[in-house]
Amino acid sequence: MSALHELSLRDAAERVRRRQVSAVDLTRAALGRIAAVDPAIGAFVTANEVEAMATAEAIDRRIAAGQDPGPLAGVPVGVKDVICTAGLRTTAASRILERFVPAYDATVVARLRAAGAVIVGKLNCDEFAMGSSTENSAVGSTRNPWDLARVPGGSSGGSAVAVAAGECHASLGTDTGGSVRLPAAFCGVVGLKPTYGRVSRYGVIAYASSLDQVGPVARDVADVAVVLEAIAGHDPADSTAAPRTVPSYLGALDGTVRGLRLGLPREYFVEGMQPEVEAAVRAAVDELEKLGATIEPVSLPHTEYAIATYYLVATAEASSNLARYDGVRYGLREARPALGEMYETTRAAGFGPEVKRRIMLGTYALSAGYYDAYYLKAQQIRTLIRLDFQKALETCDALVTPVAPTTAFRLGEKTADPLTMYLSDIFTISVNLAGLPALSVPCGFDRTGLPIGLQVIGRPFEEATVLRVGHAYEQATEWHRRRPPL
Amino acid sequence: MAITREEVRRVAALARLRLEPAEEERLTADLDHILEAFARLAAVDTSAVPPTAHVEDDRAAFRDDAVTNPPAAEGLLANAPARDGRFFRVPKIIE
Repeated sequence: MSALHELSLRDAAERVRRRQVSAVDLTRAALGRIAAVDPAIGAFVTANEVEAMATAEAIDRRIAAGQDPGPLAGVPVGVKDVICTAGLRTTAASRILERFVPAYDATVVARLRAAGAVIVGKLNCDEFAMGSSTENSAVGSTRNPWDLARVPGGSSGGSAVAVAAGECHASLGTDTGGSVRLPAAFCGVVGLKPTYGRVSRYGVIAYASSLDQVGPVARDVADVAVVLEAIAGHDPADSTAAPRTVPSYLGALDGTVRGLRLGLPREYFVEGMQPEVEAAVRAAVDELEKLGATIEPVSLPHTEYAIATYYLVATAEASSNLARYDGVRYGLREARPALGEMYETTRAAGFGPEVKRRIMLGTYALSAGYYDAYYLKAQQIRTLIRLDFQKALETCDALVTPVAPTTAFRLGEKTADPLTMYLSDIFTISVNLAGLPALSVPCGFDRTGLPIGLQVIGRPFEEATVLRVGHAYEQATEWHRRRPPL
Repeated sequence: MAITREEVRRVAALARLRLEPAEEERLTADLDHILEAFARLAAVDTSAVPPTAHVEDDRAAFRDDAVTNPPAAEGLLANAPARDGRFFRVPKIIE
């Protein structure tokens, strides 16, 4: 039998429910793994040892009393540090929220708890989820477990690393422009960005509200399906959480793609891509064809405008969302005798360089004289990008693309030029602009042993289809079984 | 130049950010570089294209305007940078 921390989420929950292993043993194994490997990889901002052990004991008592604690019974999970946890420090990896302790749980956290999960801690990320490498964290960079000199991707770097390294069986991240999918690809795990409106954002610290979604990370597609099922669905506390029923995502995984039409967007295979990434993705497409899918070339002609469109829309929304950090009700305050001076010095001391850059870019794009040329223009091109996807998904059931043009880059490699960093998101951001679901699933390794991710993009609220494609691919390949050497 | 140092100062004032001279200089260069790259959007004809503010087609959900959250005054005030009993303390606002 493999070590407890290596079990799949489904296997672990099943053993807890059958009383073959206790929630306390699983939790102790996860906390032990965190203590052993986290100093090297830095996935966690805050460990939650005491509460986690108490929760695990309570779950074991319920099982002893003949109750069923739920589909995630006793399973250790981690939560990105932009998602509020009652009584447990939530920092957004920012100095401005360094000592912030939420008074309530985010809906997704409450739902994880209700499903029997044990929250083992809060995971590192780029400050306010703004970044593609987890280097923009006030507590320091998280490292890629496959090569400690490389980034894990971002912004949900901690969420991907913790799962890849066996510190928890699944985690939650958030994805505004690729922040679940990029780190999942760079770390060799599975990550899903659900449809905009599929999962509640109540209690999730806002970055760009028309784009933000919470998504699960796990070591295989079926585990992602289980977590999605637990967190998805309408929430009276978030009016953007769609009042649609939640299907059985696990039940949709029938192991076949026979009869599915999969589109291959020509704009996603471009010059400048790392050749090994293109080769791995093309081999995955061949595999899907062999499994019975039909592959069709499609075009998303406005792809070349996606980066500019995203970084204008997202930063405009961020500049508005982050106006709330004024040092009055919570967070850092730089005490000054005058109110305006207090605002300016508090924000100057509390925000890091990338957050300031995005607030500045967004404020500029919204300011008088520039609104039409930048913000409105970006919203119009967003419409064109949406229509591109709508058209492609009329004939195709899903689209398959690379997640990123390269494998994980070196720490510090892209920090000098923000635009170079933004280009890491080139294959993921359009999905957020269009509000679609998309999955990242391992599809190979480059010659230095770094993971490569395949992206499967679906129609709105058709998570079941993208999970089905990813699952069928996983059944035919072994990539997702490889673990980093830690 | 897509943006000048003077404009950066104006935007920083709008965003309530106090910038050091070195930060101002760096941000001017960064924003100029970024905005220059983003100028490509101007080439797209959008004269007949409506803007997308958000992607949801579902109508806004209605519910009763009933209080459902339990009182959490102490939990919220515990995060106050400065408080006075059940009040947040702030610098004097009106002279």
